[in-house]
Amino acid sequence: MVTVMTSMQQVFGSMFPLVWALLKIVLIIAPLLLAVAYLTFWERKIIGWMQVRIGPNRVGPWGLLQPIADGMKLFFKEIIFPTVADKKLFIVGPVMAIAPALALWAVIPFADGWVLADIDAGVLYLLALSSVGVYGIIIAGWASNSKYAFLGAMRSSAQMISYEISMGMALITVLMVSGSLNLSAIVHGQERGLFASMGANFLSWNWLPLLPMFGVYLISGVAELNRAPFDVVEGESEIVAGHMVEYSGMSFAMFFLAEYANMILVSAMVSTFFLGGWLSPVGFLPDGFFWLAVKIAAILFFFLWIRATFPRYRYDQIMRLGWKVFVPLTLVWILVVGVWMMSPLNIWK
Amino acid sequence: MEFKNFLFYLFAAVTVVAALRVITARNPVHAVLFLVLAFFNMAGLWLLLQAEFLAIALVMVYVGAVMVLFLFVVMMLDISIERMRRGFWNNLPLGALVGLLLVGEMAVVLTGKYFSLEALPAHETPAGYSNTKELARILFTDYAYPFELASIILLVAIIAAVMLTLRRRKGTKGLPVAQQLNIKRSERVRIVNMPSVNQFPAGKEEGGDQA
Repeated sequence: MVTVMTSMQQVFGSMFPLVWALLKIVLIIAPLLLAVAYLTFWERKIIGWMQVRIGPNRVGPWGLLQPIADGMKLFFKEIIFPTVADKKLFIVGPVMAIAPALALWAVIPFADGWVLADIDAGVLYLLALSSVGVYGIIIAGWASNSKYAFLGAMRSSAQMISYEISMGMALITVLMVSGSLNLSAIVHGQERGLFASMGANFLSWNWLPLLPMFGVYLISGVAELNRAPFDVVEGESEIVAGHMVEYSGMSFAMFFLAEYANMILVSAMVSTFFLGGWLSPVGFLPDGFFWLAVKIAAILFFFLWIRATFPRYRYDQIMRLGWKVFVPLTLVWILVVGVWMMSPLNIWK
Repeated sequence: MEFKNFLFYLFAAVTVVAALRVITARNPVHAVLFLVLAFFNMAGLWLLLQAEFLAIALVMVYVGAVMVLFLFVVMMLDISIERMRRGFWNNLPLGALVGLLLVGEMAVVLTGKYFSLEALPAHETPAGYSNTKELARILFTDYAYPFELASIILLVAIIAAVMLTLRRRKGTKGLPVAQQLNIKRSERVRIVNMPSVNQFPAGKEEGGDQA
């Protein structure tokens, strides 16, 4: 490993940091895209079973090649530009949607030390770049030159900005108890505690002492993803497909990829902040990437489950939930945690 | 060339081009998006100066929130470029003055060795330095009262903005949400027990036909 690195350093010279970083980025993004492809398959299967259907089972054994077939189909379809659409921005829209979804993975720690950019302001980076994701939707909605697309863009930007606030507020409690903005440090902060010393590590993770915030963060995460039951952005029965209505072929696939990559990302964020990241749930098993993957899969299943179960929220009720329920709740809980940390009952010393 | 220098020139070049396009773009939406691009690259430049908190705050506050609202307003308005260009000659003297001032200030910085600016201490960061932590320490200790004062002023502004736009339209049929949530089942659903009675028993009807 070290010899490979030194020989690469000689070949690329001063450009070595760029090449090395690009190599690591490919190592993260390639499996991520594969996971995205099979998440779509898994979603269709699970929702199928929940609705007493079979789901895709024609392409390949057990339908396993279905996502590949879907990808090929989208790849070879024509990208249709609406008349009088702003062509450049029409192309930029999907790119802006998927870029933050991929860039955010830079600070997620996959295991102890397995992180692309171990920066001290990791949480701030997450908050900053996740707020950029809304541009893809706004640009797409505006550039399509369509009323439905524009309505969808307006709905989504209002919704995403609202729920970003409750997500950020919920994170403040996590920052308070961890005392760090570094994601690896946040995970390490969850391995100590009364229960961890007894072997029941999963009771020492942040979800239990910060339980209401865990709920707020998870639900706000679903709203931030614009997924059911908060999917008024697409709202098939009202505005056809929202910002994506004019997109076809690969440009549509980019939005699709962005949504599913964001789903995996939000699951990874919830696991890191509240469910102990790569930590093992019990004392006698070793920590590792496996546990992070299990937690991500469990939260993804939760996302699919609520999509199959709940009807769509009404738009004004979404706004009410975000502003009038979650924001006050997080504010109160910040105060509660602050008092708790100052009292002799502080468990985070 | 060191990698950092390469990044600096990249960010700087994109910032300058994007800033130029902000004022030359014909479409106002394009202008706003170029401004976003300029902000992004400015954040990159600040990161190179190890001011990571300021850089990320710039992206979070300006790119993530302020410019989104800006874009919103610009998209909604039907802006005619001709009308905006009309004030060009009136605003030119003031604009030229500001521009000259900026050029002068930059000249002082760039030709610093003639003004003995090099005597100023260079920016040094000790190991394990966290920009965010240092800023927070200063804000919440030395400047705690001014900081709280600023937040109260912001709160007042928020409440004022809400009060200015809060309007209840008369005659809407929407129910208050609290009322909707407080509905009990007994108020809406009435279970009625109706035994199934056949008003026209089959035998009697047949008898009628025969008669």
